[in-house]
Amino acid sequence: MKLIVAIIKPFKLDEVVDALTGVGVTGLTVSEAKGFGRQKGHTEVYRGAEYDTSFVPKVRIETVVADDVAPKAVEAIAAAAKTDAIGDGKIFSIDVSSALRIRTGETDDTAL
Amino acid sequence: MTFSLRNIATAGLAAIVATPAFAMEAPANTAPAVAAAEAAATIAKGDTAWMIVATVLVMAMIVPGVALFYGGLARTKNMASVLTQVLCVASLAMIIWVIYGYSMAFGDTGNAYIADFGKVFLKGVTADSGAATFSDGVEIPEYIFIAFQMTFAAITAALIVGGTMERAKLSTMMVFTAIWLTIVYFPIAHMVWATGGLIFEWGALDFAGGTVVHINAGVSALVGCLILGKRVGYPKEAMPPHSLTMTLIGTGLLWVGWFGFNGGSELEADGVATLAVLNTFVATAAGVLFWMLGETISGHKGSLLGGCSGAIAGLVAVTPAAGNSGPFGAILIGAVAALVCFWFVTMMKPRLGLDDTADVFGIHGIGGIVGSLGTAFTMLPGLGGPGAEDYNAMAQLVIQAKAVGVAIVWAAIGAAIAWFIAKLITGGRVSEEVERDGLDLGEHGERAYNY
Repeated sequence: MKLIVAIIKPFKLDEVVDALTGVGVTGLTVSEAKGFGRQKGHTEVYRGAEYDTSFVPKVRIETVVADDVAPKAVEAIAAAAKTDAIGDGKIFSIDVSSALRIRTGETDDTAL
Repeated sequence: MTFSLRNIATAGLAAIVATPAFAMEAPANTAPAVAAAEAAATIAKGDTAWMIVATVLVMAMIVPGVALFYGGLARTKNMASVLTQVLCVASLAMIIWVIYGYSMAFGDTGNAYIADFGKVFLKGVTADSGAATFSDGVEIPEYIFIAFQMTFAAITAALIVGGTMERAKLSTMMVFTAIWLTIVYFPIAHMVWATGGLIFEWGALDFAGGTVVHINAGVSALVGCLILGKRVGYPKEAMPPHSLTMTLIGTGLLWVGWFGFNGGSELEADGVATLAVLNTFVATAAGVLFWMLGETISGHKGSLLGGCSGAIAGLVAVTPAAGNSGPFGAILIGAVAALVCFWFVTMMKPRLGLDDTADVFGIHGIGGIVGSLGTAFTMLPGLGGPGAEDYNAMAQLVIQAKAVGVAIVWAAIGAAIAWFIAKLITGGRVSEEVERDGLDLGEHGERAYNY
């Protein structure tokens, strides 16, 4: 199993979720996040007081998938989230040692 | 001709309170004609209806108008504190006004600086008492005059909250308000608006309170932010407004309420009141656009906060001019005030290192000065103003400047005394820990937002 963590542009969320369900992903978690990479922040001005905001709003998607689904899921996210502009985001894939569905007690791949 | 003469002679909102009681108590040598005119005065129901509406419109400027305007500019952790301070300070001002404030400002006798205590607890005022308007023989009930003027005292006190918010204790604001009303607001209101008042007798033009309300509040807030000091972290930490949505709602309520503030200052439902209403529209519109123009010209993006700030600058500037200007003079005064306030707030304030949190001085103080001086020019017939053909703008400007000078000096000294005493009694500002955690939790044990 792999944990896939994707940091994407917020407005791409719906397309990415559609693409993931298209390759067989059955569940995921979404959270609002802030951060920075090569795309720096922006400047805000309130009555002449300038504030540099170094963190850019992003959406963080987490999903755990079976090993054979993982490459397809990563490709699907990448294709859906791509705008060719700076700040499109990143995708990480991490090995997961176990999974458990609380209601039934099913484990690992059957719990996904 | 009579139109313009009346405006000059009565200096905008002149509060000539001629009650039946006054007529009866008047010395025996009072000219019989005057006594007869006062005896014949009747309460005008139409004017009374308008004054009731105007009075409650001004209330909307305070809660929720000013409260939301300032609250939106604060940080989330201080929102409830700002709202509470505006609410409490205004409420205290109302109580003090009926106990002795009205008497001090508009009592029957007194000198050039203050009236008397003859109407403490509104002694002698009944539902039959009348207050003079600008038309001979036309009166409004004294109760509505008292209520209308009460809202002015309340909003002026509430405006000061913006200069010291996010660090001043509620108790400090309350003690300050009580002292400040007594030694600053009531005397200045008397000097400008009451017959026999120093500035009134000079013939200064202040239709709805450029000196009494705005210069007064602006200078007093400036003194407060100097005495209480800067917020922790200012100006290094980012302190952006937490909700410009709230600030826009506050701006809208202020604008709407200001029609009562300016239009009501005529005390009658007549042509001058409608002129004041029209001017309150167009001066504000010019303020919005010219502040944003200032932003654009100086290389920034036109901003919502800029538009809201410009609206307030325009409203403040047109206050003394409301019935003393044509609509195009009003546009001019709103535009000039917005640009001058923009320059002060965005360029001068950072250099001076002032932490006037909501720019009470930068907008009400500076805008009030621009408006009070500018009213000398908006009167000009050439600008569509109501001045007579032989109106002398430069002579009037000297009078206006004197009035502005007195208001600034009186407010600065009086406010310093009031802030100093309030600080001595209550401590002035919250602890650094409370300031970091937010005044909502530290001062009130609640949050403005729970979600």
